[in-house]
Amino acid sequence: MKIFDIPGGVHPVYRKELASEQPIRPLPPPPRLYIPLQQHVGALSVPIVAVGSHVSKGQVLCVRQGTLSATQHAPTSGTVVAIESVTAPHASGLAQDTIVIEADGRDAWAELPEPIDDPLAADPQQIIDRVAGSGIVGLGGAIFPAAVKLGMGKQYKLDTLLLNGAECEPYLTCDDRVMREHADEVIDGARIMAHALGVRRILIGVEGNKPQAIAALERAAAGDAGITVVPVPVRYPVGYAQHLTRIVTGRETPAEHRNAEVGVVTHNVATARAVHHAVRFGRPLISRIVTVTGGAIRQPSNLEVAIGALVSALVDACGGFSCEPRQLVLGGPMMGQPLPGLEVPIVKGSAGILALSADEVVEARERPCIRCGSCVSVCPCGLSPMDMAALIRKDKLDAAAKLFVGDCIGCGSCSWACPSHIPLVQYFNYANGVLAEQERQRRKNERVRTLAEAHALRVESLERAKKEARAAKLGDKTETPA
Amino acid sequence: MTNFDTAKSAPYAHAANSVGRTMGLVMLALVPATLFDFWLFGWPAICLFAITVGACVGIEALCLRLAGKEVGFHLVDGSALLTGWLLAMSLPPWAPWWTGFVGAVIAIGITKQAYGGLGQNLFNPAMVARVALLVSFPVVMTTWVAPHPLFSPGAPGLADGLAITLGAGVPDAMTSATPLGHVKTELSRGVSVLQSALHLPELSDRALGLRAGSLGETSALLILAGGLLLIALRVISWHIPLALIAGLVLPAALAHQIDPARHAGALFHLLSGATFLGAFFIATDYVTSPTTPAGKLVFGAGCGLLTWIIRSFAGYPEGMAFAVLLMNALTPIIDQYTRPRVFGRARSGQPLVFTGKVDEGGQP
Repeated sequence: MKIFDIPGGVHPVYRKELASEQPIRPLPPPPRLYIPLQQHVGALSVPIVAVGSHVSKGQVLCVRQGTLSATQHAPTSGTVVAIESVTAPHASGLAQDTIVIEADGRDAWAELPEPIDDPLAADPQQIIDRVAGSGIVGLGGAIFPAAVKLGMGKQYKLDTLLLNGAECEPYLTCDDRVMREHADEVIDGARIMAHALGVRRILIGVEGNKPQAIAALERAAAGDAGITVVPVPVRYPVGYAQHLTRIVTGRETPAEHRNAEVGVVTHNVATARAVHHAVRFGRPLISRIVTVTGGAIRQPSNLEVAIGALVSALVDACGGFSCEPRQLVLGGPMMGQPLPGLEVPIVKGSAGILALSADEVVEARERPCIRCGSCVSVCPCGLSPMDMAALIRKDKLDAAAKLFVGDCIGCGSCSWACPSHIPLVQYFNYANGVLAEQERQRRKNERVRTLAEAHALRVESLERAKKEARAAKLGDKTETPA
Repeated sequence: MTNFDTAKSAPYAHAANSVGRTMGLVMLALVPATLFDFWLFGWPAICLFAITVGACVGIEALCLRLAGKEVGFHLVDGSALLTGWLLAMSLPPWAPWWTGFVGAVIAIGITKQAYGGLGQNLFNPAMVARVALLVSFPVVMTTWVAPHPLFSPGAPGLADGLAITLGAGVPDAMTSATPLGHVKTELSRGVSVLQSALHLPELSDRALGLRAGSLGETSALLILAGGLLLIALRVISWHIPLALIAGLVLPAALAHQIDPARHAGALFHLLSGATFLGAFFIATDYVTSPTTPAGKLVFGAGCGLLTWIIRSFAGYPEGMAFAVLLMNALTPIIDQYTRPRVFGRARSGQPLVFTGKVDEGGQP
């Protein structure tokens, strides 16, 4: 199959060998689980359980609010002991509303929705509703509600479901293991998703450094002409949805638009497996595979973990630390979040926990830019990082916006390549945060102005009506014969 | 709860590169040519080199201190050392000590630090210094000597060499013209290039460097080898060197075809003057050259073409330094017009319009 090229990209040291040969190991549900109400892109979910109530495994804890939101379920059976603020798995260390469950140890299932018989013949809406009701979000890290993407066939002309098994982030191996060990489930989920989308073509993009995963998928899809496994070049960030789309289909998604614009919808391989579970067995998304790895982890592993388990439980299950970790990261080393501590819960988007030793974290002081152009040549979006950073440093955010800083995907390739160790991507994240805020403010002001103008118009027409009425009255009087 | 550092944001991985490594590799690539030239021109050249490099580093330290910057941290980036090295290679090897010192003041003090230090200068520091010296002290800057290899009969010893550098100057009997200078002078006397070329050193000698010239002008082949090393190590890309050489030799070859009596050929231009030093080490300076491949091609070709024009029609025999400085001035505008196309956007900046066919419900 023809492969297309993307601009830029880098070759960081992958270090996937630390965990790639470790089979997925289930982590028994820990005694306490912490389920944040927000684990997805979109509106907060609303709790429907009260403190003190008993919940069964798979029971709905909080329901989605509107379309762009996700429902959360109990990962095990037990008692809701609190709904309170708990430190979020985020660099800020800020707290967020979280349902705390004390497990009863029985791990007893609730009554689950009936499996959908013959999903490939079912009404697509039935599948979409099931996926929404199962709380499935994009497990590759984007945490976008999967049902919303599955419904895109209604608004866009589509012809391809692209499964993303690239896993280009260094260290992470959870998708690799899912593909190797559960290729059948991934392929079945993909078929169900393709049916829901109304497309016939399924492409699966996998970085060429995962030959076992490619072989397993090909075996599972054997005989199905609609499914093609596409080995893609080993280069970060080929796994970014728009870039993977370009690589395997040659179609370049227009800026400011969704992938569906070019007829393609992308889903992560693990998301496909979750869809398989939801549709075939009625099982909601209550666990995920997490790669726990890094030079400071004694026994790097791929764990199947209940959502809401604390990071500390995962680290313990991997034999603890072999040395003092210099940096704790949620996600991969290129785009992950620094974690403030171990007492934060695993959420649906947590693909990896990295405990990096001092010699794995490159720490060098920032030096002046020497205009070497490395950042420009590695940028997968064709941006000019050094110019944008220079503008942002001088607080000229509008000028940076004109260089399309808003198109930055935050992949960090520029920072990785910079010989002066300038934290370029940090500038862009900052600028995009401020610009988004300014845009919100501008819209708000516009709305207020529109309302004020409408109000003024109303008042004016009211006045005019009164005046006319008065004039008419007067006229009546004058016309009245004395 | 254990508290981990959250001050550093992603990425946590980094390429194995640094400013110091880059500067170090460029200097490494200069080592063979430099050592060969030390041997060729002996003690006066070594003394001038030491003084020039020392002055550059010293003035850099002084300026950093005046600017309130951390002297040691910035000094170890190696940029001042490299500038001094390149400046020394562009001076007549037996020039007096003060050319190196004044050059250092101009290169580091005025061209680099006055503009804000590393990365902020618009012009190549070593070339500004060379041009300023050439314009201000034309006699000193064009007094070349024929090679006097170290320890060969007639070559100055350490004491004599130091004396030459510190003020005694070049004994008249030892001066010699560079090939470019010779051809130009003869041409101005009405002697055709065909005639004057007969009196040049052998081509092989010129390629190896057994002729008069600055350190960087002689030993063309060793400079070329160093340049190719930099390309192999990906310190520089091939765009500027290739475009520069093409921009120089193509018009030279064409003009030579048309009027061989007036214009020297491509090979003469390739092996004379600072062609290789300019193409691989001067024009490729990150700070003062464009950043994209397209920009580099434009910049390199411009450097080459201007060098040929100056060599062929202007008053100076060598034009590399002038050409690079003129193109340096254009770097910002070249950068402006050669930005890469943004992914998902047309060159105009508008989002792409998808015109491909979506085969809805079709067979895979």
